[in-house]
Amino acid sequence: MIALLLRDLRLAVRAGGGFGLGLAFFLIVTVLVPFGVGPETALLSSIAPGVLWLGALLACLLSLDRIFALDWEDGTLDLLATAPLPLEAVVSVKALAHWLTTGLPLVLVAPLLGVLLNLAPQGYLWLLVSLALGTPALSVLGTFGAALTVGLKRGGLLLSLLVLPLYVPSLIFGAEVARRGALGMELTTPLLLLAGISAGVIALLPFASAAVLRVNLR
Amino acid sequence: MDLRVSDLTVARGGLPVLSGLSFVLEPGGALILRGPNGIGKTTLLRTIAGLQPPVAGRIEGAEDRVAYAAHADGLKPTLSVSENLTFWARVFGAGDIGSALDAFELGALAHRAAGSLSAGQKRRLGLARLLVTGRSVWVLDEPTVSLDTHAVGLFAEAVRAHLAWGGLALIATHIDLGLSEAGVLELAPFKTVLAPVSDDFDEAFL
Amino acid sequence: MAASEKLNSLWSYANPRKFLAVTERMLPGLWALSGACLIVGLIWGFFLTPDDYRQGSTVKIIYLHVPSALMAINGWLMMLVMSLIWLIRRHHVSALAARAAAPIGATMTVIALVTGAIWGQPMWGTWWAWDPRLTSFLILFLFYLGYMALWSAIEEPDTAADLTSVLCLVGSVFALLSRYAVNFWNQGLHQGASLSLDKKENVADVFYIPLLVCIAGFVLLFIALVFYRTGTEIRARRIRALEARERAGA
Repeated sequence: MIALLLRDLRLAVRAGGGFGLGLAFFLIVTVLVPFGVGPETALLSSIAPGVLWLGALLACLLSLDRIFALDWEDGTLDLLATAPLPLEAVVSVKALAHWLTTGLPLVLVAPLLGVLLNLAPQGYLWLLVSLALGTPALSVLGTFGAALTVGLKRGGLLLSLLVLPLYVPSLIFGAEVARRGALGMELTTPLLLLAGISAGVIALLPFASAAVLRVNLR
Repeated sequence: MDLRVSDLTVARGGLPVLSGLSFVLEPGGALILRGPNGIGKTTLLRTIAGLQPPVAGRIEGAEDRVAYAAHADGLKPTLSVSENLTFWARVFGAGDIGSALDAFELGALAHRAAGSLSAGQKRRLGLARLLVTGRSVWVLDEPTVSLDTHAVGLFAEAVRAHLAWGGLALIATHIDLGLSEAGVLELAPFKTVLAPVSDDFDEAFL
Repeated sequence: MAASEKLNSLWSYANPRKFLAVTERMLPGLWALSGACLIVGLIWGFFLTPDDYRQGSTVKIIYLHVPSALMAINGWLMMLVMSLIWLIRRHHVSALAARAAAPIGATMTVIALVTGAIWGQPMWGTWWAWDPRLTSFLILFLFYLGYMALWSAIEEPDTAADLTSVLCLVGSVFALLSRYAVNFWNQGLHQGASLSLDKKENVADVFYIPLLVCIAGFVLLFIALVFYRTGTEIRARRIRALEARERAGA
């Protein structure tokens, strides 16, 4: 398992685009929002948590189809399926690698982008916390979507269509935590629900992803 | 342990292609599969490797013992030859990659990126992967594609060593590997004959 | 013993030929009955009930809104059950029935959304409000879209059936989760359930009976459409199988 994780991370680093692309996209979205809604700081600061969450979510979506596509094309998936590693573990490791290369950098860079949108000072901590708790679920759900569409030629768009509705609960609770954090409000309930969704998704969804991958390999 | 296939039916795209297939392969034995294109060699090998379920029949002695190699070698172009091999060695929990590199004369290329290899060199690396799996049942689909005569010789040597060690090999190939000890299984007689179309179609619509 | 025999005879309808034979006999009756229910229910509801003392005549849109909303949810539930049957028992007809139901359910969702908007305009003063129920239906519609898109994207029918079934299971969980998330996100302006066992609290008798007739009409229409479309899917599948045989040289 560790071998697979290290290989995926090494591939992401060597390919170069792994870390950079998602971050650049996140930055661009954040920069475009004020052009769209106007430069008033009060307005920007009130929509900042939601915009940052949405930007992170879309940036995460961008790299999903690469989770399995390359391994599918070069036959690695066939070989992994016959390896001693259970496919459930393969899927979990893939999701973890995706989170480490995409989700984690997004979490870390989000506070910097918060500055651009005049995020309230007390909001930074909760933005960071909510993204740190929520993005793992985005990676795991995305892995499921990627496993569903792995053999398809034009899978990218379909993948977005399948995955985005699954992102709704995480987005709602995550953005709510960030918003309430910025307003200095009580936020235990959405925080627990966000963490609960992530925990449930991480625990259960790899079984569905592995089942789906097996179907696609046969 | 024997590889025992009894009364096997395999399907491609929902349609049975080979049926009533039975054979036993003992440790140290090799079986060459022959048959025209489209007869279902790949389907049969993928079924034995456990990548797809059989329609009917039993496969015994294959589970968790198969090292599968097909047209795609599962190589990452940005990783070096030894990194690629080390990865598979660690996934299969086997250790040493040195002898695998030697067996396919890849030692000099060990630090080259796999993406810069020629097609034949890539193939040799893909086959070297079999040696680091430590698995006893080799299931090989056209292993000699893009290999030159010398490399085919290396491959035959590797298969011979594997058999001497007590391994088994199931190989779909069109060329003569010079493996005199290997049995040959002609697949054409096992081609599925579909019953004539009737109005009384069943659950599978066939 | 009798119970298990009954169960076995139930599963025998999963044979495509038997399914076709039975549904073909039932379809004319179903069409007629659903048509009759809809005509009676809608005329009764639209023209023969009094206006609501607060909402005026706009309230009458419930005769379309409520039944279509019910069928939008029940359509998804039916797909869920069919998907489970396919995953567990691998009856091809159940997978095809799930496939056949999806566009009908999606259409019902659209009808519910559109009638909701038309009703909402005079009531809330806006065509669209991010009310939890409306929003949930919008999300349900997205799930329907994804499910249908996945079906049509995959060539091999058994693979498609497997993948869409798993998607349906996962999607059901997330549709439910979204429902609660959306409730939490916005408390909403929707009136409470229009229908419940304790009907006196909600809708008066004069409205209630024609509404039941309309619902019966929608249910029958849904069943008829599913039967009809499943028949089409079965024939398409049969043609595909025959073509595959031909290619295989049989």
